Parts: sequence; C-alpha cells; structure tokens
Amino acid sequence: MTVLLAAAHAPVIPNFGNPSSFACERANRLFCSDWVSHNWSTVLWPALRQHLVLTLIAVSLGFVISTTLALIAYRRRWFERPVLIVTSILYTIPSLALFELLAPSLGLNRTTAEVALVSYTLLIMFRNTLTGLREVPDEVRDAAAGMGMGPLQSLLRVELPLALPAITAGVRIATVTVISLATVAALIDNEGLGVPILTAISNEVFKTELIVAGGMAVGLALAADGLLVLVQRWLTPWARARSA
Amino acid sequence: MPIDNSAQQEGQSTYRQAAALELRDVSKRYTGQKEPALVDLSLSVGAGEVCVLVGPSGSGKTTAMRLINRMIPLSAGDILLGGRSVLEREPTELRREIGYVIQQIGLFPHLSVADNIATVPRLLGWDKARIAARVEELIELMGLDPEIGKRYPAQLSGGQRQRIGVARALAADPPLMLMDEPFGAIDPINRARLQDEFLRLQERVRKTVVFVTHDIDEAIKMGDRIAILRQGGRLAQYDTPAEILTNPTDDFVAEFVGADRALKRLGLSTLADVRLAPPNGATATDGGVTLDTTVRDALSKVLAAGGSPVTVLDHAGRPAGVVTLELLGGLLGNGALPR
Repeated sequence: MTVLLAAAHAPVIPNFGNPSSFACERANRLFCSDWVSHNWSTVLWPALRQHLVLTLIAVSLGFVISTTLALIAYRRRWFERPVLIVTSILYTIPSLALFELLAPSLGLNRTTAEVALVSYTLLIMFRNTLTGLREVPDEVRDAAAGMGMGPLQSLLRVELPLALPAITAGVRIATVTVISLATVAALIDNEGLGVPILTAISNEVFKTELIVAGGMAVGLALAADGLLVLVQRWLTPWARARSA
Repeated sequence: MPIDNSAQQEGQSTYRQAAALELRDVSKRYTGQKEPALVDLSLSVGAGEVCVLVGPSGSGKTTAMRLINRMIPLSAGDILLGGRSVLEREPTELRREIGYVIQQIGLFPHLSVADNIATVPRLLGWDKARIAARVEELIELMGLDPEIGKRYPAQLSGGQRQRIGVARALAADPPLMLMDEPFGAIDPINRARLQDEFLRLQERVRKTVVFVTHDIDEAIKMGDRIAILRQGGRLAQYDTPAEILTNPTDDFVAEFVGADRALKRLGLSTLADVRLAPPNGATATDGGVTLDTTVRDALSKVLAAGGSPVTVLDHAGRPAGVVTLELLGGLLGNGALPR
C-alpha cells in the first residue's frame, strides 16, 4: 500500500517514499513530535534559516528603496503621487499572480522571489516614512533652521530622528508581511518555510509538517516584530518620556 | 557674580558682546501677494538695547524679525549687524550668531535638555568639555536644577521649556537675540515672572534684542525702545516707552497704546524716581508701599485709602516720605518722570 502510494507521488513528495518509522506518523496524529525531531536538522531548521535570509534581503532592499523615494517626495511634493500609484498597484497584485507573472522572465530562482517580496514592502515603508517626516512639527523645523542648521543637518539631526517611530512602525509591518508572503514564494524559489508547507499540502493525510512549518513562520513573525519593538525603544528613548 | 560668557573669553565671536543692528529701508513683498508685508522700515537698535516690535496682526512685525536672520529673503533695503550687511553672510553661519526664540519654542523632542542647549555650540564645533561647561552655566543662569539637563522636553513644564528655549538661544553667546512672542503661550502669572526674569537676565548679559509681541503692555515693560507698526507693514512710531505714552504721533498709536496710557506712563517709574512729600511722622498707614513700588501702584494705594496720603518706606523699612494724590496728579504734566 505504502509502496504504491510512494510510487504515485514520488516526484512531488520526496519524503514519503520512506516507510514511516514513527508510531505517531503511522497513527497520523495531528502533531507528531518524533517526526519533528527527526526532520528538524534536515528540513525545518534549514527552511527557517532560508526564510530568514529571504526576509532580511527583501526588507533591507525595500527599506533602502522606499526611504530614498520618501526622502525625494519629502523635498519634492509632486513626486509623492506617482510613487503612491506605482507602489499601490504593486501592493494590490495578488502574490500568487505576481510570482507567476515574474517567473517566465526572471526564472524560478531567489531573485524572482525577492523582486516580488520587495515590491510588497514599498508602499508600506514609503508611506510610513513620508508621514513620519511630514509630521515633524513646523516649529521644530523652524527652530532647526533658525539656529543655523542646513537642510541636510536638519534632516539628519532632527527630522529623521523624529520620524523614527513612524519609520520603524513601517519596517515592522513590512517585515511581518514579508515573512508571511515568503511562504508563497516557495512556489518559484525552492527554499524557506514554504517548502515544507507545500509538501504538507500535497500530502493529504499527514499534517504535522504543515502545522510545524506554519507555526514556525508565525513564530518567526512574532519574534521579528518583538525584536523590532526593542530596537525602536532603544532608538527612541524620548518617545516614552512623559511628564514625571 | 559676573556672567562670563565662555565664547567671549575665548574670542570665538566676532563681536565682543552685543552688536548694533540697523534696518535701512527694508521692504518685503511675498510672491503672489498684492500688498507688501513691510514697507520701507528703517530703525536702528543700539548695542545691548531691547527693541520691541509691536503691532496688530498683519503689521509685519514677525516678518521684520525674520528678515534679520534671513529666515525670509529681503525684497529691498539692507540690514546691518555690527556694521556688516547680513546679505553678505552665509545664512546658516549668520543664524548661528543670532539667538532665536519662537513662541512655540521648538525644542527638539528627541534630545535631552542639555543636548538642546548644546545645539549651536555643536554646529560651531566646540569641544565636548567646553559645551558641557557652557550648558551647565546656562542651566544655572536660568535658575534651574542642573538635573534638568538629563530630561526630555516632554517632561518639562511650560515655564521650564521657555527658559530652556532662551538658554538654547544664548548658548553660543550671540551678539543679537531674536524673540518672537516668547512668552505668548504662557499663563499670565508665569508670563509676568518670565518677563521679570528675562529683564534681570538682560541686565547681566546685555544682548541686543529684537522682541516681537502684539501686547502693548509687554512692549512697554520689556522695551528700551518700541517700534509700533500699523497694518500694511508701515512704521507708526519708534521711540522710548515713555515718549510713546506721553507723545503718541497720531491717533493710531494713541489708540493702540490705550486710553489708559497716562496710567501706563506711571507704571514706568517707581517712587524712588519721585520727589516725595516729607514724612510728617503722623499717619504711618502701612500699605506696603516702598520706594520700589511703581508710581501707578502707589496711585492705586492712595485711591484705595480714600485719597488720603500714604507713607512710603525705604529699603530699611523706615518712612522715606509721603505720597499724596496732589503729588501724583502733578507728575505727568510737568515732565517730572524720568525715562
């Protein structure tokens, strides 16, 4: 029985060929801890690391691009609208469709996955950074100029630091979004937590892999978000200072 | 205790202390606006003087102030600071030499009080030790606890913020201070206290100050000279407070200073300036009137006493003389009051 199934599914479900050595897998428990510990170092841990790398690259690139765009729009108001239009369109394209659209021209590789992931971060981080900069109080900008700061000094010493809470809020949303979307990217780039999830989806019976890999994606998102909150607190101690 | 401005000691500033300021036929027309904001304003402010620009809204007083440090560009005319045209100067460099205080103060919320005060010294590239010493000196000068240096602006009261704003403007020992309604957002009691504090401070630091306000009483209190501007940015009168109160040039000025200008005039002098009637020892009604009491307050006390004479005490608490209604009534007409 097992052999027959294995033959039929062999190309799609590589692991399935091995007759299971775990009682809980044979019994098809929802969560099989033996299976997890057996596959941790070969499947789950590498997938988690790949997922983290995918996310870091996407968020970093997205951050650099969107911050640059936001800084230009901050100085040149007319620039905001075209950027918003383009990034909004990118943001609204269904991820599955975007991956399929990019694959023919860019190929089934990490670059394609990153292009798609980066495009989803732009709107969020662009809008947050620009809003943060625009919300710097006028009198603060006026005081900076009046005391003899040039435009660049004012930007680096006053405006960007004051926009930091909004900027990090954008980074947090973008990071969580990318961690979630990167699971879908496994369709075109065979890495990340999406790989065990897709494997599990193809396996109609045994769901431990789906639960564990999905749970790891959620855990990664929560951990990244928590870490960014700490970074934000460390960067903006003044934001919590209120009248004593 | 003399206030040693470290900038002066080290000869950093081009000015020894305060600098004279001169506006020559200064005009400003904002692009896209039909009416000019300021027309041919000429006035000179002596080194160490407080010049108050006062007028209704739309009189161009803030515009005039912001032209001086080139926060807005001049349309015509010239402005000389210490004899040198501000137009020859790099705007950022010029502004670092001019203290700047605005109504909303504009402290940097993300920087501690000490770092706020250190803004201009840092821009000027002072070394750490010198900045730290200067910050400490200024916090003390403002009568604040040195501990306040570690706090953030959000943790300060309105009055403390205002003092830090002034300290920040004084940090690099500028020869000129620009103050745009600096006490405008403070409640009346604290405003009076801050005004008194600033006058005491000014006695020590002797800066040239351009002070903008819409409040004529504040102008009279703070100014060595007052420039009254009318709508459309034209100068109505530029004179000492006493002269403006005694001889307003026209109806606009007379109306602007108020119907009580005679009383305001009395408020400019204290009983020390007045030749009192001799103390006859008889009625020492102690109304708390001393030589430091303003003539205006003395009149109020005399009226409160039903018009009967009130004894004036000297600094030792002994009767220095008596103030009477007749004596006060004669003061305004005969030019007996100084200033």
